[in-house]
Amino acid sequence: MITAGALRSAVESRTDQSQRAWLDDALDVLARNPAAIRAHFPAVGRRVGRGPLDPGASGPFDWTVDDAARTLLLVALGPAAAAELPALYRHGDAAERRGLLRALPFLAAADVAGTADAADDREAAHAGDARDVSDVTDVAEAAVPLVADALRTNDQRLVAAALGAFAFAHLDDDAVAQAVLKCVFVGIPLASLEGLDERVTPALSRMLAAYAHERIAAGRTVPAEIWPLVDRHPPEAELAAIAAELEHPVAGRRAAAGAALADRAALAEHGPKI
Amino acid sequence: MRIFEPHIHMTSRTTDDYEALAAAGVVALVEPSFWLGQPRTSVGSFVDYFDALLGWERFRAAQFGIRHHCTIALNPKEANDGGLRDDVLALLPRYLAKDGVVAVGEVGYDSMTPAEDEAFSAQLALAVEHDLPALVHTPHRDKVAGTRRTLDVVDASGLPRERVLIDHNNELTVPLVAGTGCWMGFSIYPDTKMDETRMIRILSEYGTERMILNSAADWGRSDPLKVAKTAGAMLDAGFSADDVDRVVWRNPVEFYAQSGRLELDGVDADGPATFEGNSVRRGQPAGGPA
Repeated sequence: MITAGALRSAVESRTDQSQRAWLDDALDVLARNPAAIRAHFPAVGRRVGRGPLDPGASGPFDWTVDDAARTLLLVALGPAAAAELPALYRHGDAAERRGLLRALPFLAAADVAGTADAADDREAAHAGDARDVSDVTDVAEAAVPLVADALRTNDQRLVAAALGAFAFAHLDDDAVAQAVLKCVFVGIPLASLEGLDERVTPALSRMLAAYAHERIAAGRTVPAEIWPLVDRHPPEAELAAIAAELEHPVAGRRAAAGAALADRAALAEHGPKI
Repeated sequence: MRIFEPHIHMTSRTTDDYEALAAAGVVALVEPSFWLGQPRTSVGSFVDYFDALLGWERFRAAQFGIRHHCTIALNPKEANDGGLRDDVLALLPRYLAKDGVVAVGEVGYDSMTPAEDEAFSAQLALAVEHDLPALVHTPHRDKVAGTRRTLDVVDASGLPRERVLIDHNNELTVPLVAGTGCWMGFSIYPDTKMDETRMIRILSEYGTERMILNSAADWGRSDPLKVAKTAGAMLDAGFSADDVDRVVWRNPVEFYAQSGRLELDGVDADGPATFEGNSVRRGQPAGGPA
């Protein structure tokens, strides 16, 4: 995961002098007066810009300048961040919510260390033991319901922003499985989900296979990206039902099954393991 | 052709859609309460929404000779909001007592969470208590497992199966629901859930008994005329006019009539002139809609 320091450098390289001056001033104000976040947070887009942080990278998982600046503002709040999160989210528009969700892994790490500067040092440890979260209770308590809310939307960018390291560290297996299915439904590429690899359960493999069967029975295409996850814990009943579709009287179902199983075989042989 | 549209979210449709529905033969409809695309943050938003279903939408529909009914419930998605759930559930009995409320719904599963389990069971109990049928939404994700679990919860509720409409079926859920005694709903959409051709195949295989078609039109990509179009496709495929009448009129009427609150006589095409001072017919030529 990118560090807070790297985010700041990236924002500085993508902003002009007046934008940087606003951000510097905002960070300074917030360190003394956390409640000022309520007016600063909505203003970020018009003050520092909204373009991609990495020029040319504008997928649902890519950072924008406003996402990064909002993350820096929240990090600057230090221990006061947790208390501000619920209302910032509730009254936030989609861009504000996205910035807040993207900030969560940084806040959870900062919560442990107590200072924003130490966040970078904690990240390696946090990533290495993602589910040891007993010591980040405040941010977690405040933010888990917000992540759950974002995952109930059908907004690609919100769902993607919610599904970062924080979500994989704090959501239970059922919620992760539902979130992955949500990604498939709204067209978020699964390969972008950092942290999914350790969370693929037999239930998730089964749900994805059942989804493939539904698509095939409707005569529709199946996204090829699901097969490596299905084959982590191959669900016998669902796979047998899919194989049986190859003999179905409706031509469209036979064709859909043939195409899907060809993708599966090709990925098993050549594809990257997700 | 007479059409009873058993599931359509008119709140998110224009007045032109009411006019097109009437022209296509829709003379009565049911608008289930559901979520609004983004979560509500207070119980007051539910109060206003339920009032609009019973007031403003009924009035708008009446302008075009369409009898508007609704179903009332806390939808599965918002059942996950712990801060709202109890307040909304406490509000429901007041609305479930009202004229024009012909079922509890949409209830059921979205993500199959414990909170959804609780709200689903509590609302089926309300259906029993208020002598109403239930309109049950089946989930988009993990649909087959969700449908099985839905049938288990229905059986545990004590609500007779013939008073339950299991909605949004597809090829893989029909075999689970057919033969249970529950009614089977199908949402005919432009590019998700179910389309006309697939629906014809299902009707050919399973027959027309307890089969109910809807457009479920809302603010997503949807088409309020899908029931009429599917009825036309049925005729083209060789179904009789009586078969069509059964699935687009007699079946939904029989299901919702179990509420004892279906009002299909004396629909006044002209309706009152204004609703709280607001006429939807602004700009209409003299004489109003046909």
